[in-house]
Amino acid sequence: MAEKIATREAYGKALVELGGQNEQVVVLDADLAGATMTKYFKEAYPQRFFDMGIAECNMVAAAAGLSTMGLIPFCSTFAMFGAGRAYEQVRNSIAYPKFNVKLCMSHAGVSVGEDGGSHQCVEDLALMRVIPGMTVIVPADANEARKAVFALAEMQGPAYLRLARLASPVLEEQPFTIGKANVLREGTDVAVFACGLMVSEALEAAETLAAQGVSAAVINVHTIKPIDAECLTRYARQCGRVVTVEEHSVIGGLGDAVASVLMGQVDCRFMKLGVQDQFGQSGKAMDVLEEYRLTAPQIAEDIRKIL
Amino acid sequence: MTTQDLTQFCTEVRKDIINMTANAGSGHPGGSLSAVELVACTFCTQMRVDPKNPHDPKRDRFVLSKGHAAPCYYGVLAELGFFSKDEFANFRQLHSILQGHPDAKKVPGIDASTGSLGQGLSIAVGMALGAKAQGLDTRVYCLCGDGECQEGQIWEALMSAAHYQLDNLTVLIDNNGLQIDGANGEVMSLGDLPSKLRAFGAQTLEVADGNDIEQVLAALNAPSQPGKPKCILAHTVKGKGVSFMENQVGWHGKAPSAEQRAQALAELGG
Repeated sequence: MAEKIATREAYGKALVELGGQNEQVVVLDADLAGATMTKYFKEAYPQRFFDMGIAECNMVAAAAGLSTMGLIPFCSTFAMFGAGRAYEQVRNSIAYPKFNVKLCMSHAGVSVGEDGGSHQCVEDLALMRVIPGMTVIVPADANEARKAVFALAEMQGPAYLRLARLASPVLEEQPFTIGKANVLREGTDVAVFACGLMVSEALEAAETLAAQGVSAAVINVHTIKPIDAECLTRYARQCGRVVTVEEHSVIGGLGDAVASVLMGQVDCRFMKLGVQDQFGQSGKAMDVLEEYRLTAPQIAEDIRKIL
Repeated sequence: MTTQDLTQFCTEVRKDIINMTANAGSGHPGGSLSAVELVACTFCTQMRVDPKNPHDPKRDRFVLSKGHAAPCYYGVLAELGFFSKDEFANFRQLHSILQGHPDAKKVPGIDASTGSLGQGLSIAVGMALGAKAQGLDTRVYCLCGDGECQEGQIWEALMSAAHYQLDNLTVLIDNNGLQIDGANGEVMSLGDLPSKLRAFGAQTLEVADGNDIEQVLAALNAPSQPGKPKCILAHTVKGKGVSFMENQVGWHGKAPSAEQRAQALAELGG
């Protein structure tokens, strides 16, 4: 059994590491430092940490202001509030002037669990992806979350990093380049494009399918925007069948991003797995994931439908 | 700059506003004209900025939170030499640096893209916070509208400015009393604004006539209270300087016709 670490935990630790190397890094939170894990940075560099209170719109626009002073603000709260409530501030105060703000939002998706549908943001990728010039990243595990933090600090411009509450398996270490998908498993019958927590579920599903004689390629599409069109096209052609898996609404997220690339380019069968135009609900994280058919056995079962 | 120089400067900016909006056939003359003395006095007597080096990291910052007063902002910046007055002809036209609302990517001297009300003050808070965090003596100025104070985010921003003791931040409120749909009190009462500002922790100064240069200068030059953001609530006249625009709500977002432009310019001394 692989070790399990939440991407938010890895994010918090990585910020401290980054902060030690780069004095321009500042961190903002909206009274959720204990949950987004920016608390580690707060402890290490209190003079560079700003709690903005329960006022997300002000926090996001203040991050824009901080970036104009030559600083690199990492701004965190729950995805629902950072991408949802403060959407227009992200769009107008940060993205429109192309400011160098890193929006790192935790508790995305239904794996939030017990807090329920009000706190389970399944629309953030759609909201962020549609903003011109916004880089959108969903790390698959703790290692990738750490690497993404460093990559964000290196790149210039606005970016969104989607983090999860739930501890998830740490995968075999992979290189990380923004915009470059990672092929984790080769296959010829079906190409499975996944992101975030669904990557490990997809890998497990591919294992199950292999035992049934089905060869599934698994590709970790950690960057939703700019998306790796070359890799997507190649594997869709190679397999002729495509399944996308995301812990997000099937509207506007990874599935639609992949579909936009393949449409008119590749003749293939296509299926989107994810939250099917519904809100989430309370429950233990694994129970909620099961309710929305986002566990490995269910994913394997659903993939068989397009074979 | 002497008061006489400033008076002349403000008259030029008023002409710029009339010319820009008349050329474009759209724009916001009313709230641009009311804010002229506030913006001009801030830039000409308070701020350390160099039109030849608009990105100097040590410069003071200005945020036009009421972004629709862009013609006033553009007028002041061009009069100071940040860009050529020839650009006025392109205001609100395709490919122009002078967008309908300020665009930081395009215009030298503009540090924040604004226009969506309520956000500029938060950006200014971030700038002031960033200056303090780096030990810079940068001062940050932010102009808000009175109607804009109906946005909850203004109060979030003020709360954070007081919490972080941003005494390097000056908030100017252009209290012309009117907004698109009518008088502030008819649309959404602002209540006792000075008391609210004080209650949110701001050093609050009222200017009886915010279109009077001496009064505006007195407020800008008044010593700051350590540990508090400074808030100048300036009572102004919407459409100030053009007789048929003064205190007329209809001139919030309407351009003058060719005839009206001629009359306005004549009133402003040609």
